Amino acid sequence: MSALHIKKGSTRHSAYNLRPTFSDVQERHTLAVLVENEPGVLARVIGLFAGRGYNIESLTVAEVDHTGHLSRITIVTKGTPQVIEQIKAQLGRIVPVHEVHDLTVEGPTVERELAIFKVSGDGEKRVEALRLADIFRANVVDSTLSSFVFEITGAPDKIDAFADLMRPLGLVEVARTGVAALLRGD
Amino acid sequence: MTREMTGARMVIQALKDQGVDTVFGYPGGAVLPIYDEIFLQNDIQHILVRHEQGALHAAEGYARSTGKPGVVLVTSGPGATNAVTGLTDALLDSIPLVVLTGQVPSFMIGSDAFQEADTVGITRPCTKHNWLVKDTDKLAAVLHEAFHVATTGRPGPVLVDIPKDVQFATGTYTGPKPSASHYQPPVKGDVEAITELVAALEKAERPLFYTGGGVINSGPAASQLLRELVESTGIPITSTLMGLGAYPASGKHWLGMLGMHGLYEANMAMHDCDLMINVGARFDDRITGVLSSFSPGSTKAHIDIDPSSINKVIRVDIPIVGDVGHVLEDLLKIWKSRGRKTNAEALVSWTRQIDDWRKVDCLKFAEDKKTIKPQYALSRLEALTKKYDRYITTEVGQHQMWAAQFLNFEDPNRWMTSGGLGTMGYGFPASIGVQMAHPDALVINVAGEASWLMNMQEMGTATQYKLPVKQFILNNERLGMVRQWQELLHGSRYSQSWSEALPDFVKLAEAFGAKGIRCSDPADLDDAIMEMLAYDGPVIFDCLVEKHENCFPMIPSGKAHNEMLLGEADTEGAIQAGGAVLV
Repeated sequence: MSALHIKKGSTRHSAYNLRPTFSDVQERHTLAVLVENEPGVLARVIGLFAGRGYNIESLTVAEVDHTGHLSRITIVTKGTPQVIEQIKAQLGRIVPVHEVHDLTVEGPTVERELAIFKVSGDGEKRVEALRLADIFRANVVDSTLSSFVFEITGAPDKIDAFADLMRPLGLVEVARTGVAALLRGD
Repeated sequence: MTREMTGARMVIQALKDQGVDTVFGYPGGAVLPIYDEIFLQNDIQHILVRHEQGALHAAEGYARSTGKPGVVLVTSGPGATNAVTGLTDALLDSIPLVVLTGQVPSFMIGSDAFQEADTVGITRPCTKHNWLVKDTDKLAAVLHEAFHVATTGRPGPVLVDIPKDVQFATGTYTGPKPSASHYQPPVKGDVEAITELVAALEKAERPLFYTGGGVINSGPAASQLLRELVESTGIPITSTLMGLGAYPASGKHWLGMLGMHGLYEANMAMHDCDLMINVGARFDDRITGVLSSFSPGSTKAHIDIDPSSINKVIRVDIPIVGDVGHVLEDLLKIWKSRGRKTNAEALVSWTRQIDDWRKVDCLKFAEDKKTIKPQYALSRLEALTKKYDRYITTEVGQHQMWAAQFLNFEDPNRWMTSGGLGTMGYGFPASIGVQMAHPDALVINVAGEASWLMNMQEMGTATQYKLPVKQFILNNERLGMVRQWQELLHGSRYSQSWSEALPDFVKLAEAFGAKGIRCSDPADLDDAIMEMLAYDGPVIFDCLVEKHENCFPMIPSGKAHNEMLLGEADTEGAIQAGGAVLV
């Protein structure tokens, strides 16, 4: 497994974090990209993914340091190890990009996503939806006599599971924010 | 130093503070305030091209031949869109350019105003970075940052889009402060990785240097270090198209160019080596051939300043991220401190093997008494110009490959060619840029007639500025490389690949006030070339050559380095269906 002998920490870029094999296995990685919050920076990041044919499973962005004008872009992407390394290196080339972190490698992480679900129905289905929402710690943020809007936060697979349960109970519409993620510990 | 001035004056001041002496450009409505400032000063010379694409390629020629960034000034809308090809060309070949575009006034942006285009949007994927400046107070800092980004790390083109109201408005000018930028790519390589490479180099039985444009981009010191390293280790060296001249063609360890139309000995050495030391090259598909059989038995080291180049297409064993000059310096230091060891015994038999490959004499061609063979024309050009400190530009196609094969380069920055993008029309404006940077040097653009016509309007520029650029056109009345591929891949169906209705190049030269020379007889060629060299002014040399000559050697698409075609006899069925989809 040590074919590359790459020293970690010699550069903020990824070439020293390469894993040894050119495997065909698709991996899901969560990347945190700290960028200068200047016009067009999101277009640069998205354009890179589109232009080079990489996948974006989810993407969130917001300014996280108002004095330093730094935004944090969290990207969930899928690819072979070699493609993942290319994505990180290519992101690192973008001039307003300050840091690229592969949280999946640097992990463990806390990943959270917020979603809101509209579920409509009546009778037993309506009661069941409310009961499941309680189990999932989803909050009711809007209610009519024939519908609920639930707000739920959690890891993406928890939200997927909640969606699966709501579907037979009258799920009408879903909105999800995409993943925000941080490393655990200090 | 801070001063109040208009945005337009800031542009000129920033260029002066960055040491710019030449700007290539074309005026238009959205840059008039800057042109007004150009009118009012004499420090910076503006070269008026005849098409914005010409300005970009001229600036590339200037940059490649000097190592300094090339500077371009064009207007909004069509001025900016015409710059796109040159920007992409510079991006793929890592050439530092600073391109300034005018923009409609900031309050009209988004209104589909006259000559409005989303310039930063259009050029985002074809620049290293770009900026739209909406505040005159920020203009100076952005301009200085633009020079810093273009020339730092892996060089490349940058663009600054300046709305007309920002040019008119007054703001505070600030001088260059490169340390203020967060963009500071590391230049030193990891010492442990370099030591690992030295250890591999000491033991290797069949080592090989494979060098590229990164050596030239790193500066003259890198070429000197490379020469010292090659001479003192005795390791043979080949180079990509972009890296020619970093190591002298007359050097005894030189194998010639490698790749699709590279030399047999270079490609065979790549295939059979046991240690490949890639110095500033990027495993381009013109170099590797089919990836699955690329140099199967070698340990691969890769020195590159751009981390994204490493493991992009070829998995390497010893990656070293850093500037070529810095890494070679450390490499030499470590190698010397460990006792200057090589596997001398094995190197002797490796050299003997290479000498056997050289005996194949892969560049031999059948001379003809009646017709000028393009290879003959270039070997005569080489013989008659090698005593000059000569700068060569090329267009793209067969002539480009023959020039790389038959012209010898002794120094870096003497060879300007569109390698990555393969831009027909590059060479002529590039030769203008080179001549501007080196007014007394011999500058020759080796061209094909089809490529040359793509930017022939620049004859006006050449004659206006009395630039004695020599346009050496190998005229086969064909799009030669397209024709060659159609012959090999498409059953000799020559779809649209001939040059119908060509101009009379001699009369064309005369119409522009230049000199035209035509030559079709091999017996007259030397005299005609001497006449071209003796003339003090731009020359179009219409060299009528064999129309159906193919460029060999050739690695056919989908094949490996050791499956080269050496001549016509090898071509039958050489490219199979799998290779035909490749370009």
